[in-house]
Amino acid sequence: MQTKRDVTATGESLVDIRDLEVHFELRGGMFKRLLGMDTGTVKAVDGVNISLKRGEVLGLVGESGSGKTTLGRAMLGLARSSKGSITYHERGGEGQTRERVVSQLKGADLRSLRTDLQMVFQDPNAALNPSMTIEAAVGHPLKIHGIAKGEELRPRVAAALERVGLAPAEQFMSKYPADLSGGQKQRAVIARAIILDPEVLVADEPVSMLDMSVRAKILQLMVDLKKDLGLTYVYITHDLASAKFFCDRIAIMYLGRVVEIGPTEEIFADPKHPYTKALLKAIPEPDPNKMVPRDLPRGEIPDAAKPPLGCSFHPRCPEAVAECGWESRDLRVLLEEHWTRQETTSYEEEQALVGSLDRLDDPQKTVTLGSGADSARVRGLLDRIRQENPSEPLWTGVDEISETGDGVEVRFHQGFDPELRPSGGVEVACVLHPKPVTVEPYRSE
Amino acid sequence: MTELYDAPVAARDDDAPVIDAQDIRIWYGSERGPVKAVDGVSFSLRKGEILGLVGESGCGKSTIGRGLLGLLPPGAEMDGALRFKGEDLLALPKKEMFAKRGAELGMIFQEPLTRLNPLMRISEHFEETLRTHEKSIGKEEIQRRALEVLRLMGIPPTRYRSYPHEFSGGMRQRLMIALALVLRPAFVVADEPTTALDVLVEAQIIRILHSLRSEFETSLLLITHNLGIIAEACDRVAVMYAGEIVEIGDAREVFSDPQHPYTRELLRSTISLSTTGLSFIPGAPPDLVNPPTGCHFHPRCPDAMNICATRHPVQHEMPNGTRVQCWAADLAHGRAPDLTEDDTAPLVREEISVADEA
Amino acid sequence: MLNRLLAPFRNTTGLARWILVTGIVITIAFVVMAVFAPWIAPLDFNQQKVDGVKLPKLAAPSDDYWFGTSDQFYDVFSRVIWGARTALVVVTLSVLFSVLIGVPLGLISGFVGGWTDRMLVFVMDALYAFPTLLLAIVFSFLLRDALGGGVTAAALSLTVIYIPQYFRVVRNTTVSARESTYVEAARAIGAKNSSIMGRYLFGNVIQSVPVIGTLNAADAIGTLAALGFLGFGIQPNEASEWGYDLNRALDDASSGIWWTALFPGLAIVFLITGLTLVGEGLNETVNPSLRKRRIRKVEMPPNEPTTALVEGRTR
Repeated sequence: MQTKRDVTATGESLVDIRDLEVHFELRGGMFKRLLGMDTGTVKAVDGVNISLKRGEVLGLVGESGSGKTTLGRAMLGLARSSKGSITYHERGGEGQTRERVVSQLKGADLRSLRTDLQMVFQDPNAALNPSMTIEAAVGHPLKIHGIAKGEELRPRVAAALERVGLAPAEQFMSKYPADLSGGQKQRAVIARAIILDPEVLVADEPVSMLDMSVRAKILQLMVDLKKDLGLTYVYITHDLASAKFFCDRIAIMYLGRVVEIGPTEEIFADPKHPYTKALLKAIPEPDPNKMVPRDLPRGEIPDAAKPPLGCSFHPRCPEAVAECGWESRDLRVLLEEHWTRQETTSYEEEQALVGSLDRLDDPQKTVTLGSGADSARVRGLLDRIRQENPSEPLWTGVDEISETGDGVEVRFHQGFDPELRPSGGVEVACVLHPKPVTVEPYRSE
Repeated sequence: MTELYDAPVAARDDDAPVIDAQDIRIWYGSERGPVKAVDGVSFSLRKGEILGLVGESGCGKSTIGRGLLGLLPPGAEMDGALRFKGEDLLALPKKEMFAKRGAELGMIFQEPLTRLNPLMRISEHFEETLRTHEKSIGKEEIQRRALEVLRLMGIPPTRYRSYPHEFSGGMRQRLMIALALVLRPAFVVADEPTTALDVLVEAQIIRILHSLRSEFETSLLLITHNLGIIAEACDRVAVMYAGEIVEIGDAREVFSDPQHPYTRELLRSTISLSTTGLSFIPGAPPDLVNPPTGCHFHPRCPDAMNICATRHPVQHEMPNGTRVQCWAADLAHGRAPDLTEDDTAPLVREEISVADEA
Repeated sequence: MLNRLLAPFRNTTGLARWILVTGIVITIAFVVMAVFAPWIAPLDFNQQKVDGVKLPKLAAPSDDYWFGTSDQFYDVFSRVIWGARTALVVVTLSVLFSVLIGVPLGLISGFVGGWTDRMLVFVMDALYAFPTLLLAIVFSFLLRDALGGGVTAAALSLTVIYIPQYFRVVRNTTVSARESTYVEAARAIGAKNSSIMGRYLFGNVIQSVPVIGTLNAADAIGTLAALGFLGFGIQPNEASEWGYDLNRALDDASSGIWWTALFPGLAIVFLITGLTLVGEGLNETVNPSLRKRRIRKVEMPPNEPTTALVEGRTR
């Protein structure tokens, strides 16, 4: 396999992702399906704009449900895009580029792209066909694309195996995946991905299922391959530490959106989005002098089928403000949290007062609690809760609380879904950024 | 931002160890001979103490966790001395061991969803757990205790009658912990409790595990491969390699001044926010049927000497309080007076062939 | 390669292994009978005369005729031996055809999904719901004109009954295997659908087929005999068939003549039993959830203290 010059990030765009959305249909409950009712959609990727530059390592960092894996697969055409486009700038001979719109290709056209866009998978135990030998598995891409066959396959497979550190290659050729260790399997998966000499390698959590001491080996291999083969990487992970080491640029994803994107140094030196800050704080470091931080976001990733109104992160955000999109479901969380601090008797009293919380599950900007008769006591309850913790961000979002004939009506401010905006070297999707510039009143001296 | 470090549990009068394990061995049968999954492990846990058991896959840490609770699969032989509050667990008949599990010995598993019955409400889970150990307990009492422990885990009482699938991943793990703790066991084994969880949720669960000592005075054995979790949550740490504990001591000491080369290499190869260069341990974990002679780590050890390949090191206590089994550490701290020149010469060994790399 | 095949077999515990071994022994005995019939059987299956002399009618078992003779002047022993050949040939052919049709259909149906899948599942479930004997009779009728009354026709009549089983099992396994990472990986390297089905899925979805095949074979023996009993099976001039012989022996029973029914009957019972044991034994061996690991006893040498401050010793 030839060694290309190390292609440093030249700013030339290799893959353009524009307004990409990937939707999955939900299989609803039995009744809904029988009656043909709408069963809901999950927007796994909900409007992403990224340009992958040639020679760079772009990190897609997020937790489960962030859409990073789906985005990676969509880039390769392994997941169907519902809206938007993915364009690959294929380099032809004599330096021309040809645009291939990946999101619209099908069949043989899509398959022909595989020589340029490849993937490394997360689970080395599952990514190799249990009934194919390593030689057959790694050589298969060459056969498929008609690049080599029969006797020509062996030396090329051997070269690929040696390149990934499975040497001497003969020892591994006739083995089955079950005979190899986790790290060795992952190397075989990488060998299979690079044997076609691709331009872009999408690595989906390539080391998260490996032991600590093996991770470094595989990451080192990926670094070496980047240098030797001039690869461009998309590195998908939930592990910020390895992303910091490996990536040039990082995109932090939450619930299908990019919430912060910028050069690695910037992101780590001065994280802006509250989610990014939380991720950085929460990483368990092997330093016993660091304790678990106390001010972490509460709750968990919400249901992607019914995302929060406004900014999707607001229910968990310690820095949320009035226009972040407060709604009825946040009120439910507030009440439930309050009750986890109560004794059972007071909980039962208050619960009877408020009635069923189920009506709070329908996202609304205005919601009514309790019934007409007890509105004063419900109001009192809300005031008590507020006094227990006045700095709870939800209260900034409350526009008005009034007692009506039907109970206590709580109205929230109108919320906004923030777009990615440039702020100090990165792009952030948060109403708090860019920080408004305060103009100091001119002081005469 | 560093926080105040929680002081480790101070020695008290009622200081008899809750769990005292001596020379535990757990061997499995296989075609090639006995697999020595755990081969001579000793440790003890005091009340309210959290001991982290860390190692890579195949080192035997999960096996030990299950062995302590008597949950080994058929065909595994266990021997050694295991005392729980002074009582010999290995000599107990099965029925009594069964009674102890849940009530006095608890376990928290890795994947909460697969451990909860999807057809039973949470309330029914608690009913089953409590009724198994206290046959005549009434429904209100069950509810009271369950809500109390759920509250401590941050699960609102409104969810008491929900089904497991209505909970998110982190809440399910809290549920598991609640179920494990409702009977106030004195000793809990947590086997990779956060591996399947997201980072932010992981941090929440670690907080909870940490608070167990003050709320419940539970002794916790936390098994994981993640050194960061150990650093955050544990008072003491035991590093396992190839079925043995190679280093055990106070967490701060082990992390800041590791004595055993494996511990050092493991810490170095961990990728953290401060990593600037990659380092890894060459080779692969050894075969547990025929482990290397002498010290099991010697084929991969950067400090290996001649003696390391012939004689197995004995555990000694180092000046900083950690107990280590390593000839190099012994030598450095004057614990091995009668080693000859030849013994201490660096070991000449064949290079680890690339084919043996993990 | 052989080692890999035999490995799970070696790991079986007592009961499963005995089942398998017993079944194999019985089946092999019949296979030997079938293959070496011309040498084992003293007479031909429809031979009524020896050296021009007609055989006695309904003679009791004796030194000359070990199993006696039938009312058509046939030697029962010879007919039992030749019957083994008929049974095994027909059953092997029918199982083979069923596999050749059912497995690919199941694979394609499971992989492609959608309306194709739904249609095929519907058709197969309908076929499966039919009483097997009825189905076999219907097909036997239909094929009689085209193919006569011989072995091929009988085999094909039986084929249709068993296709749904292979279809169903392979389809279900394919549907779950289709979501595995290695299939996605195959797509990622650009494999065509046919390649994915053939090279990636095929080897991994057929583990149950041998088990089903043997159990089908056992069932087919019985069905073939039933067809022959009812007169729809192999015609007597084509080959010797146990079911047909049983039918002829019905009348004999009332006259106290037992040998014409007993020996063909025993043959049917033993062969079915043998094949069933092989099938169940294979199931225990191959099916990982049923397989009970052979528990090997572990002897632990006496413990040497590791924490005592004793000088190191050789391990």
